[in-house]
Amino acid sequence: MKKKFLVSCLIGLSATALMAQESELESLKKALQEQQKVIQSLLQKVEALEKQQAGATNEQAQLKRLVEAPGTNLSLAATPSGKSWSPSDPIRIGRGATYADLGLVATFAAGSSSARDIEGGTQPGGHDPNQRGFTVQGVELNLQGAVDTYFRGNANILFSIDSGGESFLEVEEAWLETMSLPWNLQVRAGQILTDFGRLNTQHPHAWAFVDSSLVNTRFLGADGLRNPGARLAWLAPTPFFTELSLGVQNSQGETATSFRSAGHSHGGEEEEGLPFGYRHPDNDRGVSDIGDLLFTPRFTTSFDLTDAQTIVLGASAAFGPNANGGSGDTSTQIYGVDAYWKWKPVNHHAGFPFVSWQTEAMLRRYELGAFDWDEDGDGAVSDGEVANTATGLSAVLRRETVTDWGFYSQVLYGFHKGWVAGLRGDFVTGERGNYEKLPLTLDGAALGRDPLREERWRISPNLTWYPTEFSKLRLQYNYDRRRELGEDHSIWLQFEFLLGAHGAHKF
Amino acid sequence: MKTLLLTLSLFFAALAAQAKLNVAATLPDFGSIAEAIGGDKITVTSIARGTEDAHFVDARPSFIRVLNKADVLIEGGAELEIGWLPPLVNSARNGKILADAPGHVVLSRGMQLLDVPAGAVDRSMGDVHPGGNPHYWLDPANAKPMAARLAEVFSQLDAANASSYAENLKKFNATLDEKLAGWTKQLEPFKGTKVVTYHKSFDYLLKRFGLELAGTIEPKPGIEPSPTHINALVPRMNSEGVKLILIEGFRPRRTPERVAKETGAKLLILPASVGGTPQAKDYFSLLDYDVSQIVGALKR
Repeated sequence: MKKKFLVSCLIGLSATALMAQESELESLKKALQEQQKVIQSLLQKVEALEKQQAGATNEQAQLKRLVEAPGTNLSLAATPSGKSWSPSDPIRIGRGATYADLGLVATFAAGSSSARDIEGGTQPGGHDPNQRGFTVQGVELNLQGAVDTYFRGNANILFSIDSGGESFLEVEEAWLETMSLPWNLQVRAGQILTDFGRLNTQHPHAWAFVDSSLVNTRFLGADGLRNPGARLAWLAPTPFFTELSLGVQNSQGETATSFRSAGHSHGGEEEEGLPFGYRHPDNDRGVSDIGDLLFTPRFTTSFDLTDAQTIVLGASAAFGPNANGGSGDTSTQIYGVDAYWKWKPVNHHAGFPFVSWQTEAMLRRYELGAFDWDEDGDGAVSDGEVANTATGLSAVLRRETVTDWGFYSQVLYGFHKGWVAGLRGDFVTGERGNYEKLPLTLDGAALGRDPLREERWRISPNLTWYPTEFSKLRLQYNYDRRRELGEDHSIWLQFEFLLGAHGAHKF
Repeated sequence: MKTLLLTLSLFFAALAAQAKLNVAATLPDFGSIAEAIGGDKITVTSIARGTEDAHFVDARPSFIRVLNKADVLIEGGAELEIGWLPPLVNSARNGKILADAPGHVVLSRGMQLLDVPAGAVDRSMGDVHPGGNPHYWLDPANAKPMAARLAEVFSQLDAANASSYAENLKKFNATLDEKLAGWTKQLEPFKGTKVVTYHKSFDYLLKRFGLELAGTIEPKPGIEPSPTHINALVPRMNSEGVKLILIEGFRPRRTPERVAKETGAKLLILPASVGGTPQAKDYFSLLDYDVSQIVGALKR
């Protein structure tokens, strides 16, 4: 009896246990089914999202293809988040966006000199350091780009401040140039820096020295020889590079110093002392014929001497009327030769090490017209009139041609990436003219050599550090020796930065 | 009279027969691929040399003549040659290689570049290329679209030899496939190996073969290594187990040698361009050499 009860109890218990298990199983099964449904829906969602993304990348690829098709200057940078522009984003102007490369180069100098006449004296260049203290040598805005399929354009607008604190703005260059003409010709027209020698066409920020050379500033002017005009250049069919060019420009203006110039001074005051040749220039004298324009023929050739050495040789001339004589009467001829040699090993690191040597020599023949100092015509020596003590009257200067010549030579040694050591020597002198041999006086003081043609030389060692291609720091010492004015020492620290795009320079 | 006419006609016939396509390439790598596609139907002149840093080539006047005579100009683009090519092209007086003329080939167009900056780019980041890393020819898979593009351009300008270019392209692709499989196999056991380079110039090669770029000797592109940067790089290399430093032949040796000594890593001098070493005679031998040198260095 007891046995039967126990067994039935046991069966009952196990049955309930089984039943409980079964219901658990059922609920588990149900739960599993639910989970499977959830997984299914999630998978469907993922599929849909994937399809969407594929569609988006397809669109992007299509857009990329359209945008980057040959002929456009745009490129699509990957912006996976698809950010849209917000007012706090900087507006960037650059290649392709505004159809012009825009760059700003600002060059400054700080330093001192033993000379009292820095601006126009020891430093005759218009963009040289011009005072004790800080100088704004130039803030140059450069725009260049393709004008259309026929031309490219370039403009350099330069702002600087003279030693008197007066600001001025100059359009250094603004020209268009053809991209491809027949017969290997090329035309450049607009406001152009004359293609004479090598230094004249270099903008101040590209100089290897803090200042311009003596021979360039004396013969081609404080700002270089530049004027509106045009230049035609022909690439000759020689096995090595040869180019022949002819420039035609206006011959007047303050940037045509050896020609029909008004005289150029960046200083706030008028240049003290007498004008060039002890004769006032007549700047209102007009152009008598086409021969009165400024012509500049030039020949350039270049060879690669070895895998590591290149040489560029050139010869230039400038012919034009000058202001020291009657219309069509007096003219100036300037002749120049230049040479540039560079060594850079085949396994250079970012362009270093390198050694370069550049020399330019120039000769100027300047016709001075006849000039009578008796400007008020009273037959006696008045104030401000140059007198000839031999005659006791105002000086009467005869017509003559004076010859000046000079050269500079500079060596650069880039010894380590970003570091360049340089050394330059300058020399200018002139043949004594008749007007310098006469016993002339001005307001009682005896006159001797023309200070604008007097012999002087200079030696300048320097050291430049380029943290990157976009900034530089340069330390330079100038030893100036001027006959009759003695020696002067100057030390300049130049600093410069470049913002934006700036095209690569010519070799 | 008759002899004169005969000689003249022979002369002109000779001239016409010599009308090969004149191709100018900025880098010898592009020149090498062009040679493979063009064969004897073209003459190729490469401007930069494999031994020099492609960013800093001098725009010598002699190159103006090369571009003046060229029917095709092949450039890498992505601002690789921006420091020296524009003044040459501007003086070349050759309409065939300007802007979107058919003879002007910019190989980066349509190429998937690495390291395309996602946000704003400015020079405080160093010399960053806004279009992406321009050293893309070191990924052999990129040679296919480059070769195809060149074959297309050559065929367009010289339809008479189009079949020859197509034939050469097929051969090139076949060789490339075979070689790529070989290189992948060779570097298979070294996948995931960490490597340090001088500049980000080997990125494409490393990515293709599964090697990882752990850092560069330059703190930022174009900026020389500073003591601070090296003092941070060396311990990081030690902790991450970086065993290989790759630099090009023109890089200064002092800092990489010092880093190699302090980390026990092997310093390998590899050409990044055809002609960078005598063994890198053309595109395939450049990669052959690079791959075998890396394998040799990692085996030990």
